[in-house]
Amino acid sequence: MKAIVTVIGKDRVGITAAVCSLLAQYNINILDITQTVLQEFFTMVMLVDTSTCEKSIGDMVDILEQAGAEQKLSIRIQREDIFNAMHRI
Amino acid sequence: MLNQHEIMQTIQMIDQQHLDVRTITMGISLLSCAHSDLSTACAKIYDKIAKYAENLVSTGEAIEKEFGIPIVNKRISVTPIALVAAAAETDSYVPFAQAMDRAAKATGVNFIGGFSALVQKGMTEADRILIRSIPEALSTTDIVCGSVNVGSTKAGIDMDAVALMGRTIKDLAGKTADQGGFGCAKLVIFCNAVEDNPFMAGAFHGVGEPERVINVGVSGPGVVYHALQDVKGQPFDVVAETVKKTAFRITRMGQLVAQEASRRLDTPFGIVDLSLAPTPAVGDSVARILEEMGLEVCGTHGTTAALALLNDAVKKGGVMASSHVGGLSGAFIPVSEDEGMIAAASSGALTLDKLEAMTCVCSVGLDMIAVPGDTPAETISAIIADEAAIGMVNAKTTAVRIIPAPGCTVGDTVEFGGLLGSAPVQPVHPYSAKEFVSRGGRIPAPMQSLKN
Repeated sequence: MKAIVTVIGKDRVGITAAVCSLLAQYNINILDITQTVLQEFFTMVMLVDTSTCEKSIGDMVDILEQAGAEQKLSIRIQREDIFNAMHRI
Repeated sequence: MLNQHEIMQTIQMIDQQHLDVRTITMGISLLSCAHSDLSTACAKIYDKIAKYAENLVSTGEAIEKEFGIPIVNKRISVTPIALVAAAAETDSYVPFAQAMDRAAKATGVNFIGGFSALVQKGMTEADRILIRSIPEALSTTDIVCGSVNVGSTKAGIDMDAVALMGRTIKDLAGKTADQGGFGCAKLVIFCNAVEDNPFMAGAFHGVGEPERVINVGVSGPGVVYHALQDVKGQPFDVVAETVKKTAFRITRMGQLVAQEASRRLDTPFGIVDLSLAPTPAVGDSVARILEEMGLEVCGTHGTTAALALLNDAVKKGGVMASSHVGGLSGAFIPVSEDEGMIAAASSGALTLDKLEAMTCVCSVGLDMIAVPGDTPAETISAIIADEAAIGMVNAKTTAVRIIPAPGCTVGDTVEFGGLLGSAPVQPVHPYSAKEFVSRGGRIPAPMQSLKN
């Protein structure tokens, strides 16, 4: 299943590395990444494939949220369907 | 592939603009629960609701988590109890409400609707018992909602029922006086009630509906408000287009959630209700949308036109986004549940008369309005008759959810808490309609009913 991971927070060294290694730890494959930094504000959007992940997407929501809280970031994972529904006919 | 802008736009809508799915409502037919023995009938009702809606809340929460979209309420609507209870040999239907209350609590939902009667053309004995039971039923239960349909375009208005409902509302307010007449927030008087409404307090599962069904109500006044901020000063053509596009997005999300819930609960998908449903939270107000169009305060001249545009554009945008649209589908203007409406009513800019005019162009009606506790029952009946007439002639749903707050006068505020918010007590006309209401009988169906 495809999902979207979004990371939002104050920019600093190592955010991308930390998030990517976290996803790797749970066997989540990253298919695409875009990231921008605007006035020290870091935004990253990833398209990921969770089909090889052993955890359910519901569990991953909790894991990423907790990891985000520890690093003062907002990290979330959502099924891709919601974005497709809203922005594609 | 989705671009970053689109993804961040959705995240912003959810995070900052209060985008949510307002309710997933499971409609359940209780027709199979009719029984001449009261306790058997109540037991059957409890068992059926508890079984059918067993996984409703957990499924809603799972969808909420996976899609990252809040689903604020999970609710149940059932067959109008007057139909189910008619077979029972009893002179009070309070035990039915209590069975509904217990069953709903067992499933974890926050409201159950359907303590209802449809009396637009007259009352059966069961309808009379149900209406007589309303004050006790709604004051001794916590999450049961009731409704009574007193008129329709096809049948006219049952003025005997209208008179009765004025007295019932006063009784119910008296029985819940310690909570500011809160019981009345759980009772809606309809004209042209719809059978697939997912929103409370007026939801019930109509007799034309299947055994069980999933209906979804979306929300999103904050998103529309935000979108309109980007088109300040531009002509109404642009305003309408902006609202349509926004409503399309909101509804697509509702449709997705509805289909997912339907699949997981193995229950047919019924409809998506396109209503813009506000909450008392700042930034989630329909009144503020109208003000964003250029009105100094909601309720001033121009408000009805602004609401007409909004209501129409929401439907046009939403209708293509969903395979089945139904329920009430329009903009809601509940006073106590809308931060901007509360402010406008408190300042005196938004009067009952203006609200009545606004109900001609939107769903649903005079909703969550507090009036002085000493308002006569006949005046409340006359207010209901006015609303029902608007619904009847315009072939649309109208409703009255009015709270004569015991011991309160104009200038007081009644607190209901949570999604129900707080209502400033609004003045009613002091002149009597007693003779008018006491005539009884039926107001005949209008010419609009003769379409065949």
